[in-house]
Amino acid sequence: MRYLPLTADDRSAMLGVIGAPSVDALFADVPAEAFLAEPIAGLPHHASEMAVERHMKALASRNLVAGEVPFFLGAGAYRHHVPASVDHLIQRGEFLTAYTPYQPEIAQGTLQVLFEFQTQVARLFGTDIANASMYDGSTACWEAIAMACRVTKRGRAVLSGGLHPHYVSTARTMARFAGDALEVLAPVLEAEPDDAAVIAALDAETACVVVQYPDVFGRIPDLAAIAEAAHAKGALLVAVVTDPVMLGLLEAPGALGADIVVGEGQSLGMGLQFGGPYLGLFGASEKFLRQMPGRLCGETVDAEGRRGFVLTLSTREQHIRREKATSNICTNSGLCALAFSIHLSLLGGEGLARMARASHTNARATAAALAAIPGVSVLNSAYGAEFTVLLPREARGVVRQLATSHVLGGVALGRLYPQAPELHHAMLVCASECTTPADIAALAAALEAILQGAAA
Amino acid sequence: MSGLNSAGWRPEMSVAEISGAEGIAPATHSGDRGLALEEPLIFELAASSGFGSATCGVDFDGEDEAPAAGLTRFLRKAAPALPGLSEPEAVRHYTRLSRQNYAIDLGPFPLGSCTMKHNPRLNEKLARLPGFADIHPLQPVQTVRGALGVIEELAHWLVSLTGMASVAMTPKAGAHGELCGLLCIRAAHEANGAQDTRKIVLVPESAHGTNPATAAFAGYGVESIPAAADGRVDLAALTARLADGADVAAVMITNPNTCGLFERDMIAISAAAHAAGAYVYCDGANFNAIVGKVRPGDLGVDAMHINLHKTFSTPHGGGGPGSGPVVLSAALAPFAPLPFVTLDRDGVVRLIEEEDAPRDHPQSFGRMAAFHGQMGMFTRALAYILSHGADGLAQVAGDAVLNANYVLRSLEDVLEAPFAAAGPCMHEALFSDSGLGGGFTTIDIAKGLIDEGFHPMTVYFPLVVHGAMLIEPTETESKAGLDRFIASLRSLALRAHAGDESLKTAPHFAPRRRLDETLAARRPKLVWKGD
Repeated sequence: MRYLPLTADDRSAMLGVIGAPSVDALFADVPAEAFLAEPIAGLPHHASEMAVERHMKALASRNLVAGEVPFFLGAGAYRHHVPASVDHLIQRGEFLTAYTPYQPEIAQGTLQVLFEFQTQVARLFGTDIANASMYDGSTACWEAIAMACRVTKRGRAVLSGGLHPHYVSTARTMARFAGDALEVLAPVLEAEPDDAAVIAALDAETACVVVQYPDVFGRIPDLAAIAEAAHAKGALLVAVVTDPVMLGLLEAPGALGADIVVGEGQSLGMGLQFGGPYLGLFGASEKFLRQMPGRLCGETVDAEGRRGFVLTLSTREQHIRREKATSNICTNSGLCALAFSIHLSLLGGEGLARMARASHTNARATAAALAAIPGVSVLNSAYGAEFTVLLPREARGVVRQLATSHVLGGVALGRLYPQAPELHHAMLVCASECTTPADIAALAAALEAILQGAAA
Repeated sequence: MSGLNSAGWRPEMSVAEISGAEGIAPATHSGDRGLALEEPLIFELAASSGFGSATCGVDFDGEDEAPAAGLTRFLRKAAPALPGLSEPEAVRHYTRLSRQNYAIDLGPFPLGSCTMKHNPRLNEKLARLPGFADIHPLQPVQTVRGALGVIEELAHWLVSLTGMASVAMTPKAGAHGELCGLLCIRAAHEANGAQDTRKIVLVPESAHGTNPATAAFAGYGVESIPAAADGRVDLAALTARLADGADVAAVMITNPNTCGLFERDMIAISAAAHAAGAYVYCDGANFNAIVGKVRPGDLGVDAMHINLHKTFSTPHGGGGPGSGPVVLSAALAPFAPLPFVTLDRDGVVRLIEEEDAPRDHPQSFGRMAAFHGQMGMFTRALAYILSHGADGLAQVAGDAVLNANYVLRSLEDVLEAPFAAAGPCMHEALFSDSGLGGGFTTIDIAKGLIDEGFHPMTVYFPLVVHGAMLIEPTETESKAGLDRFIASLRSLALRAHAGDESLKTAPHFAPRRRLDETLAARRPKLVWKGD
C-alpha cells in the first residue's frame, strides 16, 4: 500500500527488537471479545490512485459548479476571485503539513504569518487587536457573545433580526446550554435595518447587542448610533461581518464604536467549498485582551536578541486552564488564515477597495436588471454587493426552476427561515467582481421567463 | 547506528567549535546566511517601498463607478491601511517564510496525541475538483447531490469503523466534536427530565485540556478521576464514585489514553457508567491506534469524535482547519445537530435542515455552526479511506503500534519509560526526564532534537508523568527513518547523562534560538504598530 513504508522484513526485524511474536500481540490489552482479527466485513479493500480518482470524480460531476454558470448566491458564503498564487502558496508543504506552532524556533514561518494576519484583521476591522482565528463566522459570533457576558458580568444578549439565521441558531444552541438569555428580534422585510428595535431592546441586564454589517438582507445598519445607545446602558456592541471584502468600501466597525468585531473570512482566499473549512475572524478592544478566546501570536526576542514570534497568553486557554479556560477551542483555521492573509497582501488596501467597488457596481447593475422585471422589486434602500428582491410568488420554487435552467440565481429566504412564511417571497441576490454583464442578462431573462410562465 | 551527517556537527563537538557569532560563520551584511533567509513583515516591506502605495497584485476587469448615493454616509474615508504586494513580491515573501517551518514533508513529526502522518497529495488534488471546491452551501439540493453523496459515504465508513449507530458530521474540529457529544448527552438527559440532577462530568486527570474545558463550556461541573499506578483510569475509584452517581451526566475517557495505553477496563467502565445512568464520551484523538482493529461501539461508548486531521490524514496546516465528526450510539443518535445527511428508503441522499427537522429529526439539539461542516476535509478523508480500504486501515493501526513499540524498546535503556515494564504501548511511547540527572529536563532533549533536524515530541503532557516526552511516530515512518530518529534521541540522552551543558542552550541551528515567552506574555505585542 502506497502510504505505508514498512516491509514484511522490516516488521519481523522490529518485532524481534520488541520481543513480540506478532503485531496483533501488541494489542494484548484489548479485550479479546472486542479485537477484530480480520478487516471489517462489508467494506471495500484498498484502491489505487486511479480508482479513487475515478470514484471521486464521478461524485464531483453530480454537482453544478458555481463558476460554470451565472451565479448570484451569498448569504454568508461568497464567490470572489482568488488569485492562483494563493492556492499555490498554501500548498507549500512547509505550511500545509506543519502542526500548530508549539515549537517556535522551527515554526517562525507560521507564527510570522499569524502575526501579520492578526495585524491585517485588526486594521480591517478597526479594532486594537485580533486573534489567530476561530472555526468560522458563526462560532466566532457565539464566542463573542460569551466573551461579552464575561466582560460585563451580565447574561442577556440582544440579536438583531438582520443576523444570519445560522448564526442565530448556533447562538441559540449554545445559550441554551450555557444558561445565557438571548433576545432574538424577528426579521422584518423593510427597506431599512432594525436599528431602532435593537436600541429599544437594550436594558440594564444587556451584555451585548449583536448586529450584522451589512445585515443578512444586505441592509447597512448605523453602527455608530447603536454603539452609542449600547454604551449608554453599559452594554457592548458586537459587529458581525460575513463578507470582509465590503470593508473595502464601508467604514470599519471598530471605528464606529463596535467593541468586538467578528467575521467570516471565507470570501478572501478560500473559495466556496460547500461551506467549509472557513475562517472565523475575531477582533476586539485591547482592554478585553484577557477575556479573548482562541490562540494569540505575540512578538518577542530569542536568546540572541533577534525578533521572533510565539503563541502567547495561553493562560486563557484550555491546555493550561482546563475547565476555567475562556474557550475550549484548540485547532483553529490556521491554513485558512494563511490563505486570507496572502489574498489580502496581494490586494492591499487599495485593491480591496477596488474589489469592493467592482462588486458593488455589479450588484447595482443586477438590481437594476431585476427591478425592470414586472412584479419584481428591490427591498433595500442601500446595499453593498448583496440585496433582497421581492418576488410575486414563493421564492424557493423560483430558485429551483432557475437551477434547472443552469442559473444559480440567489438564496430563497424560505430555505433560511422555513418557519417565517411572511418572508418566503423574498430572495437574496449577491454579485461580485466576477459577475459579468452576460451573467446578469441570463439571470434577468431566466427569472422573467419563470415568472411569466407562472402568470400564464 | 551512525548519524547521517558525518561531515557536519557531531554530538561530541562543543558548541564553540561549530558556531558562535565570532566562530566559523562570519556576520553577513544582509543578515541572511546562504539559504538561511530572514524575512521582514509585509508592513515593513511595504514601508520600504513607500507605505500606503497603491501596489496591488490583483487586476480587475472594467471600470467601476462611484458608489450609489444611498451608500455615501456609510463609506470609509480612506482605503484600509493595508500594504499591497505585487505577485512576485508576495510569492517570495511567503516562500521565504515557509522555509522557517518544520513540516511532516521534511521529516518525522512525532508529536504524541497529534498523529502527524503523511498527507497524501491525491487528497489535495481531489478536494480541488471544481465539483467540490466551487459549490455554494446553499445551492438547491438538486445541484449538489454529489457533495451530499460524499458526506453520506464518509458517514457510512465512520459508522462502520466505529460500530456506532450514527454520526454527526458538522463539528469543525476535535474540541467542537467534544462539545457536540456533550450537547447530545445533555439533550438526552433533558429528554429524560434529568437535566437538573445530572450536573457533573467525570474526567481523568490524564485527559487533554479540551475535555474539562468542553465540559465547562457545555455547562457542566468537572470532577477529576485519578490515574492508577499503571497509567490507566483507577477503576476502583471510578466505580466508587459512580456507585453514588445520580449526579453524573457522563464519563469522558480517552482510549487509547494519553499515556499511550489501552484502557483494559473500558467495557467495565462503560457498564459502570451506564448502570449509574450516565453516558460514556470517548475522546477519539487516538483512534489511529485502533482503527480497523477495535470498534469503540463494542466497548460501550456512546459518543466519540474523530479528528479527520489526525487519523484520516487531512493536513493540519499550521493549526487547522480540523474536522471532528462525532459517532453516536443509538441512545444519542436522535439528538444529533442539524443539518443531517441521511439516506431515504429509496437510497436517495437527503439533507435534513431546519425545514424538515420538525418531522424527520425532531429531537435534534440544534445547529452548532453555519452550513454543513468541513466539506473540504470530508473529500480528503474519504479519498484517504478509499485508498486504504478496510484492510489498509487495519494495517495503519498495526504499523502505527509497531512503530511506537519499536521506539519504546529501542530507547528504554537510556530514557526512563514509566509504564514500559508492564507491556506494550499502543500508538505512542511515553518517556520521562526523571533519569536524566545533571539538571537536564525534557525541554533540553526537545530542543536538542531540533538541532538534530527533527521536530520534538509532545512535551510535559500528560501531566501524570514527570517531564513527559510522548512520541507518536505514526505508520507513515519507514524503519530506516525511525532508526535515524532513534539514533539522534539516543545521542541526546547520552549527552545529558554525560553532562553536556550545550544541550541546555539548544537549539543552536534553528532559525531562532530559544524564544522569550515570558516577555511575550508580560508585554503583549499582538499587532504591528511600526516599532
